[in-house]
Amino acid sequence: MIPEIGQFALILALCLALVQTALPLAGAAAGRAEWMALARPAAAGQFVFVALAFGILEYAFLNDDFSVLFVAQHSNSALPVFYKFTAAWGGHEGSMLFWITVLAIWTLAVAAGSRSQPDEFSSRVLGVLGIVSSGIIAFALFTSNPFIRLASPPADGNDLNPLLQDPGMIIHPPMLYVGYVGMAVPFAFAVAALLTGRLDKNWAKWTRPWTVAAWLFLTCGITLGSWWSYYELGWGGWWFWDPVENSSFMPWLVATALLHSLAVTERRGIFKNWTVLLAIAAFSLSLLGTFLTRSGVLVSVHAFAADPTRGLFILGLLGAFSGGPLLLYAFRASSLEAEGGFKLVSREAFLLANNILLVIAAGAVLFGTLYPLVIDALKLGKISVGTPWFDAMFLVPTLPLAALLGVGMHSIWKTTSGATLVQRLIWPAGIAVAFGVTLPLLAYGKVSPLTAIATVIALWVCAAALLDPIRWWVLRRGAPLTRAQLGMCLAHFGVGVFVLGATFVSAYNVETAVAARAGDRFQVGGYEIVFRGVKHVESANFTAEEGEFEVLKDGHLVTTLSSQQRVYRVQRTETTEAAIDSRLGRDVFIALSKPLGNDVWSVRAQVKPLIRFLWLGPLLMALGGLLAVSDRRYRTVARESAAASRTVPAAGTT
Amino acid sequence: MLLIGLVLAGVVVAVTFALRAFRENLTYFFSPTEVATGEAPKRTFRLGGLVLENSLTREAGSLTVRFVVSDFAHSIPVQYTGVLPDLFKEGKGVVVRGRLGAGGEFVAEEVIAKHDENYTPPEVADALAKTRGTVTR
Repeated sequence: MIPEIGQFALILALCLALVQTALPLAGAAAGRAEWMALARPAAAGQFVFVALAFGILEYAFLNDDFSVLFVAQHSNSALPVFYKFTAAWGGHEGSMLFWITVLAIWTLAVAAGSRSQPDEFSSRVLGVLGIVSSGIIAFALFTSNPFIRLASPPADGNDLNPLLQDPGMIIHPPMLYVGYVGMAVPFAFAVAALLTGRLDKNWAKWTRPWTVAAWLFLTCGITLGSWWSYYELGWGGWWFWDPVENSSFMPWLVATALLHSLAVTERRGIFKNWTVLLAIAAFSLSLLGTFLTRSGVLVSVHAFAADPTRGLFILGLLGAFSGGPLLLYAFRASSLEAEGGFKLVSREAFLLANNILLVIAAGAVLFGTLYPLVIDALKLGKISVGTPWFDAMFLVPTLPLAALLGVGMHSIWKTTSGATLVQRLIWPAGIAVAFGVTLPLLAYGKVSPLTAIATVIALWVCAAALLDPIRWWVLRRGAPLTRAQLGMCLAHFGVGVFVLGATFVSAYNVETAVAARAGDRFQVGGYEIVFRGVKHVESANFTAEEGEFEVLKDGHLVTTLSSQQRVYRVQRTETTEAAIDSRLGRDVFIALSKPLGNDVWSVRAQVKPLIRFLWLGPLLMALGGLLAVSDRRYRTVARESAAASRTVPAAGTT
Repeated sequence: MLLIGLVLAGVVVAVTFALRAFRENLTYFFSPTEVATGEAPKRTFRLGGLVLENSLTREAGSLTVRFVVSDFAHSIPVQYTGVLPDLFKEGKGVVVRGRLGAGGEFVAEEVIAKHDENYTPPEVADALAKTRGTVTR
């Protein structure tokens, strides 16, 4: 009975989403306030029923209700309780319901946060979100219903994929989804503005905090995914250019471009066309990501479903959600006027360069991801694109991007004098060049040109980002920094930290694989590893062989590590649990692998310098975003500008 | 005008380099039958099929292994030095990346078997479906 209530709730949610779409949009077009007034109650009602449906799915998981097909496929009575909870999004149907839930939460937040905006605008935003929501709920109900029942329930479930039985899985998918789905908000703002025909500074100001919020979740989600694949997949890599990783990374790149272009539109009233297109692209790429991961065209740990009707349905949604707004844009584009110009050396010019380079990077990733699929669909052979190509195509636009970042931060709007820039930046540049070359040389005794360049750029970005905070806090010069400025400095410092980590771990990673028996010693990257032998371990849902290793440096014991070869009881899957000793400066990574017979085991060991910086950097970026969103001006100015736009459209408020 | 011309020229050069690099980085997939009939190239490619039962042998004291990849019609011996992935098993699907060595042995640089164990990579499933139609088992 209870699962049927869940399905019923989802149907009611679809009805309310349709109401939330039709009446506010019609009301805004016809100027009828009573229709527009329905947008918020409909959004709230939709949220209640979506939450009820999701709650009921969780209830079925926690109570081992194996009469529900989805629960039977993805859970087991022996599964620890919190993995039962997370298993709700560990498969296709549940993850679509989760997508819907997250969208309902964003919609509710927009409904609550847009009260200060004109009703005509906010009801259109909610109406557009209603379209998105209707499309996805219909998709779930017609092709991926999580509440389907089994006539004869199995005694026990098929268990959750062992790779997903990990603490990282509790937060990685939610974070990623919140970010992915959050791209619907700037999309809705852009479409609403196109419908209104007024893309002004206020529109940019209202969109910005939502974009930053969605972006920071996406940043955290991707970072957690990278961290998870590093320790759980057992190979010690942190980015594989796997199509699934790419499909979350492309929206991120475009969203990052959108953040920066919104800044220009808000401050200067230019780049409007471009900003609108980026907002549409960011959401389209999120949907494309959903299509790629959920349709079965890709194969990886993420691809749950292999059902062509699902793929076609999402492809249809993708066509409607990107084609419709683009058509609208084609009609409106001629009416969008730039409100000013700028010089070659100005903040606008640097932000333009930022946008172009980020879009090039996103385009290259898109090309490399889709090309094999297109070739396969045309029956021209099965190919795969090697990581070296992605690495190169990514570095070519992003290294100049990072180098320009330092200058761009310190240039001012409209026009900047080159002399002032040079005078300001001579110190950070000097420090970066001096340490960028000597640091890797002193630490490792060798440095390749690319490593030196990348290290210089990383330090340059860090130094340029710290310049203003140091001037104010240490030297007590200049103006105090607002939270938005501080957020920008922190986020850019994070970029530098990330580049430094990526450079060092790529250039100085040391890896070895050996065949070892108990008592054997081997060397890796200045450490001596002693293999102490293997013991058998039993746990509720798996059994394991656990290898113990001593890590020594210069004859002194640094730490003892245990790595496991696990066999999960239900699915009989073998996984490797790597053992990692993390310090800020390096990780020692040891993975016990297959037995080779006669008590000999294959063992892989790696020393990975500065790998923590890879995740610390994006974390700082997200924190910077959080600081920026919490800036006072988004709360106070939003109210003022709303009042202003009611009387004089596009009043300059900067 | 000159500026636009320069930018265009730059874009053309960049795209040319990107596409050339792209072609060099593509690795094609071949089935054991295609390799046996000489369709596979000299350069690096991917080979996929089932690991034959009881074909796995190890060199004592080293990480070098040998196994046979088959699509029921033809079999290709494969040599690999390194740690095999968790899901590598005899009788299961596998994809290996590498090139043909002297004597027809495939020298793998990478063994890919990263999915759940009842899963057959689609390339392998396709290749097997092709030969199953023609070969009686």
